[in-house]
Amino acid sequence: MKIQPEHQGEDKLLEVQDLTVKFALRKGILPAVNNVSFTLNRGERLGLVGESGAGKSVTGFALLNLISKPGFIDSGKVLFGGRDISALKDDEMRKIRGDRISMIFQDPMMTLNPVLTIGTQMVETIQAHRNISRAEAERICLDKLRKVYIPSPEKRLTQYPHEFSGGMRQRIVIAIALLLEPSLIIADEPTTALDVTIQAEIMDLLLELCEVHNMGLILITHDLAVVSQVTQKIAVMYAGRIIEMGLTQEIVTNPLHPYTQGLIKALPQAGPRGARLNQIPGIMPSLYNMPSGCAFNPRCTKKLPLCCEEMPTLSSRESGSLVACHCV
Amino acid sequence: MGRLKLFRESFFVYSFLRDPVAIGSFIMLLFFLIAGFSAPLTAPTNPYDTAQIDVMNSEMPPVWIPGGSPDFPLGTDAQGRDMLSTILYGTRVSVLIGLGAVALQAFLGISLGLISGYTGGRVDSILMRVADVQLSFSTYMVAIFLGAIFQTALGVGYYEDVAVPFLIIVIGLAEWPQYARTVRASVLAEKKKEYVEAARVIGLPAWRIMWRHILPNTMTPVLVISTVQVANAIMSEAALSFIGLGMPVTKPSLGSLIKSGFEYIFSGSWWITLFPGLVLIGLILAINLLGDWMRDFLNPKLYKN
Amino acid sequence: MIVEPQTPKHLLEIKNLVKYFDISGGLLEQLHLKGGRIARKRTVVKAVNDVTLSILPGETLAVVGESGCGKSTLARTVLGLYPPTSGEIFYAGQRIDGLSPKAMMPYRTKMQMVFQDPYASLNPRMSVRQILEEPLRFHHPEVSGNDVRDKVAQVMTQVGVRPGWADNYPHEFSGGQRQRISLARALMVDPQFIAADEPIAALDVSIQAQILNLLMDAQEQRGLTYLFISHDLSVVKHIATRVAVMYLGTLCELTTTDELFGSPLHPYTQALLSAIPRLGVSKQGSHVKLTGDVPTPINLPSGCVFHGRCTFAQDRCRQEIPTLIEPETGRFVACHGVQEGRL
Repeated sequence: MKIQPEHQGEDKLLEVQDLTVKFALRKGILPAVNNVSFTLNRGERLGLVGESGAGKSVTGFALLNLISKPGFIDSGKVLFGGRDISALKDDEMRKIRGDRISMIFQDPMMTLNPVLTIGTQMVETIQAHRNISRAEAERICLDKLRKVYIPSPEKRLTQYPHEFSGGMRQRIVIAIALLLEPSLIIADEPTTALDVTIQAEIMDLLLELCEVHNMGLILITHDLAVVSQVTQKIAVMYAGRIIEMGLTQEIVTNPLHPYTQGLIKALPQAGPRGARLNQIPGIMPSLYNMPSGCAFNPRCTKKLPLCCEEMPTLSSRESGSLVACHCV
Repeated sequence: MGRLKLFRESFFVYSFLRDPVAIGSFIMLLFFLIAGFSAPLTAPTNPYDTAQIDVMNSEMPPVWIPGGSPDFPLGTDAQGRDMLSTILYGTRVSVLIGLGAVALQAFLGISLGLISGYTGGRVDSILMRVADVQLSFSTYMVAIFLGAIFQTALGVGYYEDVAVPFLIIVIGLAEWPQYARTVRASVLAEKKKEYVEAARVIGLPAWRIMWRHILPNTMTPVLVISTVQVANAIMSEAALSFIGLGMPVTKPSLGSLIKSGFEYIFSGSWWITLFPGLVLIGLILAINLLGDWMRDFLNPKLYKN
Repeated sequence: MIVEPQTPKHLLEIKNLVKYFDISGGLLEQLHLKGGRIARKRTVVKAVNDVTLSILPGETLAVVGESGCGKSTLARTVLGLYPPTSGEIFYAGQRIDGLSPKAMMPYRTKMQMVFQDPYASLNPRMSVRQILEEPLRFHHPEVSGNDVRDKVAQVMTQVGVRPGWADNYPHEFSGGQRQRISLARALMVDPQFIAADEPIAALDVSIQAQILNLLMDAQEQRGLTYLFISHDLSVVKHIATRVAVMYLGTLCELTTTDELFGSPLHPYTQALLSAIPRLGVSKQGSHVKLTGDVPTPINLPSGCVFHGRCTFAQDRCRQEIPTLIEPETGRFVACHGVQEGRL
């Protein structure tokens, strides 16, 4: 594999510093993602966990500068291989998208163009970044299709997306993401739309590919269980901020932030059968009605008066995790 | 008062006030509508009243041209009728026919579209084939055919009396498939939604589900096409009048005015055709622009829903 | 042959239920060229294939399976939304399939349904009050306006939505609140039986817990019987008394929750259980790998519907459809391997 520019030197593949994404809406300019920072080393797998509205998808899109109006990146840096890609112009950014950083989305039927054959879509991706012949591009396509365990890949190139099942389509999407051997894959809810047995296969596949090719993975999902099996680090997001971050094992067995604790306790696996589940009262605040101080305070059982006034910042604890909470 | 405030602060008013084209066309349309419907009060003369017409006044130019008179600000037509009054009354007739025809189309089309879409099966196939056949007949062809029969059977005098309802019926019948198809498409989409299943689980009868549950949810596309249909209906009436099968000369509409002035263009009395023509264009333009704005406004909502 | 134990009266009984959907389209769409001649092609979705089960009063029977297994169709057929292609449905001993809408009316107050999509299950043009009053007014027109309003407020409080919001419209509520309102609508007629079709699948995790608790509370307070459709086995493990596993319209296994999770018999159940991601347990590659893709209900495989993906499949499985047997009292499985003692 060619040594890519971002691999030279440090181990740090991606460093996000104080990323803030705002949306210009009728009621004002409101932040959807607020001061998000994290680091990803080469080959490392990070899970970005949160419920809907937490801002995790927006973060994922912002990494590739894919936020469209009325959203915009307000401040912060996204350093990829030491280079700030958030400030790049579009044509420079396009060289990175698909080539060095790939993204996988939730619904494969929406990601794949229904009127083009798989072959056309894959070759198009390659030829957008490399100056090689169609035959050569097709060979790469076949290689990648085999890597994702799609049987008889030669036949697949001339087929259309609707001829495949959901699981196969997602495999194809993963194959397309792999075409140019990126160093980082961002997967936004890649298995939410799939059945449980297919989900398990796809997650296994992603894990295998990341390990074999030493690719970084940012897995964006709401499913704590899936994330706990695939990732090494977890960042929990709530209302646009990271409220807890640390090693997966640590967070899952010893969560510190009341929200993370609530989430884990609310899982049906957690409680005894037939008993009521632990529920977190209320719902996540929307952009329009953020409470003052800590965004979680209306729903928090450990609330202190300080929590309604001052926003807690991420600080490290003994266990090595970072938590943004006054009460811990 | 609460409702009014809600309306004022609504997104509808907000985006309306942001679009100068929408505001402009709304004002223009409002102007035409008020002018037209207040014609009996505002028009200087009553063109229907043959006693007021003096053929000696015929073909007088507008007031700013030598030969014109302030009594007839926009001139007179070939029979001595004041252009301004005739245009005012004519606008009223045109708009009346437009609205009436669309009301009929909408009533027929929505009812049939609802039944067709919800019932499905044979009923749906039959109704849609009928709609197809209806569409294959051009409005004008139907109007000419029916108009000719009507006029010869019942005499021109009688025809003049019933011209307005007749045109409303003809144009209304010609275009109901538009509504039927639109509503049917909506119904097919809504039928699959779970609130309809919930209504069936409650045990509500079919007519009630159609009327109370599905119909209100199909109104958005109906609104969108209605503006275009009104404009089309007015155009259709104008075209029919132009070929002599619409409004009679004694009860002018914009179309018949344009027609009556047509022969006089080359003899120099251009104002007889031009002014009604400008009004017609303005009216259609205003309606279409408003319709465009409404369609764009309703569009993102469609996706959200 | 149906093997059913002689147990106390069941609230709901389904016998040999079959539901096919003919999606061939009109005559013109069916015609196509085949081998030089014009032939008619019929496309039939075999959604439910000979399912037999019964539900005891007060219990929660969960039906699990992946997409295409027919569980949603099963629920809808039971509720009378689809007429069954063949088979019988009994409610409290009375046959209810094929009844006229008028004859079905008394059952409509006894059997209700909660749907999956919180955004499509409430009419966007009706206020919450109108949505909730409708079933009550329809079935009990004699109830006075004030009594109706009182009941609406009462049920809303029960499901955790403030009665003061009754005049708001569905789009003003969150997903979780809409599901509560959906449940309220079902409860307005005081039913005995509720079919819940994936009621929490579309909600966030923390809201799922709330709604699940609500469902359990309602069951306790009102003595409800649930038919709980879900693909999420960890939820099912928590709330269900018995579980039925379906695959491509066929019932694979039916038994109590403890036994299903403790010692699953059918190979598909085993694969399904091992595929559930468990918190903190790294199980990379250790789950039962199923080969091939899920076939569609249009072209059902011959014999056992699962044989194409089953690691234990043999010739008999490819040819013969397994019947439901009862290896132990109360446990039902449809598998040749189990019958032969192989598994």
